[in-house]
Amino acid sequence: MSETILKVDDLKVWFDVKKPGAMPWVSPRKLKAVDGVSFELKSGETLGIVGESGCGKSTLARAVMQMVPIEAGSVVWLGNDLTGLDTRGMRAHRKEMQMIFQDPLASLNPRMTIGQIVAEPLKTHFPGLSRAQVKARVQEVLDTVGILPNLVNRYPHEFSGGQCQRIGIARALIVNPQLIICDEPVSALDVSIQAQVINLLMDLQKETGVALIFIAHDLSVVKHISDRVMVLYLGNVMEIAPAADLYANPTHPYTEALISAVPIPDPELERQKQVMLLDLDLPSPLDPPSGCVFRTRCPIAEPQCAEIKPALRDRGATHFAACHLR
Amino acid sequence: MSNGLTTLNPQQPRTAAMAERMAEVKGRSLWADARARFVRNKAAMISLVVLVAVFLFAFFGHLLTQYDNETIDWNVLGKVKELGKPSFENGHFFGYDDSGRDLFARVVQGTQVSLMVGVIGAGIAVIVGTIYGAVAGYLGGRIDSVMMRFVDIAMSVPYMFVLILLLVVFGRSIEMIFVGIGLTAWLDMSRIVRGQTLSIKNKEFIEAAVATGVPSFTIIRRHVVPNLLGVVVVYATLLVPQMILTESFISFLGLGVQEPLTSWGALISEGTSTMNYGTLWQLFFPLAFFVVSIFAFFFIGDGLRDALDPKDR
Repeated sequence: MSETILKVDDLKVWFDVKKPGAMPWVSPRKLKAVDGVSFELKSGETLGIVGESGCGKSTLARAVMQMVPIEAGSVVWLGNDLTGLDTRGMRAHRKEMQMIFQDPLASLNPRMTIGQIVAEPLKTHFPGLSRAQVKARVQEVLDTVGILPNLVNRYPHEFSGGQCQRIGIARALIVNPQLIICDEPVSALDVSIQAQVINLLMDLQKETGVALIFIAHDLSVVKHISDRVMVLYLGNVMEIAPAADLYANPTHPYTEALISAVPIPDPELERQKQVMLLDLDLPSPLDPPSGCVFRTRCPIAEPQCAEIKPALRDRGATHFAACHLR
Repeated sequence: MSNGLTTLNPQQPRTAAMAERMAEVKGRSLWADARARFVRNKAAMISLVVLVAVFLFAFFGHLLTQYDNETIDWNVLGKVKELGKPSFENGHFFGYDDSGRDLFARVVQGTQVSLMVGVIGAGIAVIVGTIYGAVAGYLGGRIDSVMMRFVDIAMSVPYMFVLILLLVVFGRSIEMIFVGIGLTAWLDMSRIVRGQTLSIKNKEFIEAAVATGVPSFTIIRRHVVPNLLGVVVVYATLLVPQMILTESFISFLGLGVQEPLTSWGALISEGTSTMNYGTLWQLFFPLAFFVVSIFAFFFIGDGLRDALDPKDR
């Protein structure tokens, strides 16, 4: 169908919890936020990433954007490995990949008008444009996201959350990126606004052919927008599959548990639903379990799970899951 | 559009038609909000009026009197207590100083010097401290450590001692006071600004700018510093009286500005030394200007702090 634009291979992002060598008796510890994630993204495709808090969703997004130091692995964007690039080398690629953030208001500088905010990427990457050209383009994208272009002189605090998120989308869109990474773009909005923003993103994708990486912890939102869905747990990929297939036939016990917990908007059905509750809390990413990271909470775990870390296995129809037993 | 930007959705001018009928709306910036809050603050507004009056006095006061600040009235010299009283009849509104000069003209001159020390000193401290603190805070890591350890070391040196030493070694001049005060005053500022920068640095709009590829120094200039300015402005208005106080103290010790120049501190110092002779007006007038101006600065600083409080969003 279309070519692969992003290829992430065995990406690892580890944070130093105690700096090595700070004190002689302190042993360095690593927090494995993302521990060996691989995936590919085709142009015009939407990849949903789900997982509970602290599983490394946002860190993965920032690692793809080269905003956090990478321990190992590679991020190949349009045939170029981004991991080795310096700030200057990376800048050329920044206009091809943009980002939308979780808190719509906090992601806009309160001292700038929305015209200045939306124009910033354009001025950064196309410094040769005249003022009139910039203004025309800003009005065009604001119109596209459904903000009246005559509000360019207003400040972020004068807009609602949904409007602020539209402005954030306009800012991402203005340089015609090939990929927009949406880091929980709707979790701070109420449900009706969520639907508007998601539909806006889907419309824009249809018009411009932009690829999306859509991070969320709301599975029904992800199901609605994604072509494929990746399930993360403690920095590891549990399952990655086409959206419909993943929701219909979850292979991994963790995916199964997540999907069983999605509320059904029908009180009758909701009452009869069997929720698969997991024991224990999320283990600390400082000291993840040996072998399969999910084994401590897995209802079907067996002794071998503690020894060998399961690899992603193909279950047919581009459905991959990391489990020894299923 | 050129530059490889494709036109988005040309068929449906969704809101364009509506927008054309409406003029561009002027937004209300956070600064405008703060200004409105400040104007409502009575104490701050009165202080602002007083302060403007003091500044006008400094710039145009010499036009109000027929006397200059240098001529000595030999008839009065030695009999200042009897003949040198403030009076409207002879035009010596504030009376004579101990050397038989017109005190009004001397106070005008002292006000000029004191305000200059305050405003320029605070200005230098604010500019240097803001840039230094914002750079250290934003870049972080080892650069931050080195820059802030330097500030720590500089702060641990007793500055009054350094200032007095400078004035004694390099001679007493107003330039030396600027150098001496300037060397130390920016240190506090840089610490405050660094702390604020650290909290701003982790906001999502900074991350958005980084993700877009905006260069670091542009981020500092465009995103960090404008969001710091509230704190900086408040601190600056409190720094001005602090500068004036420092200069006055140095002058009071006899190390500050030298004759024929004068300042509030120098005039107060002269006034106290002649208190015993009963010429109280020589102390009263400079002291009144000094106290009123310092109060005004502090009230304005308070008003600005309330107006720019980030909690009122």
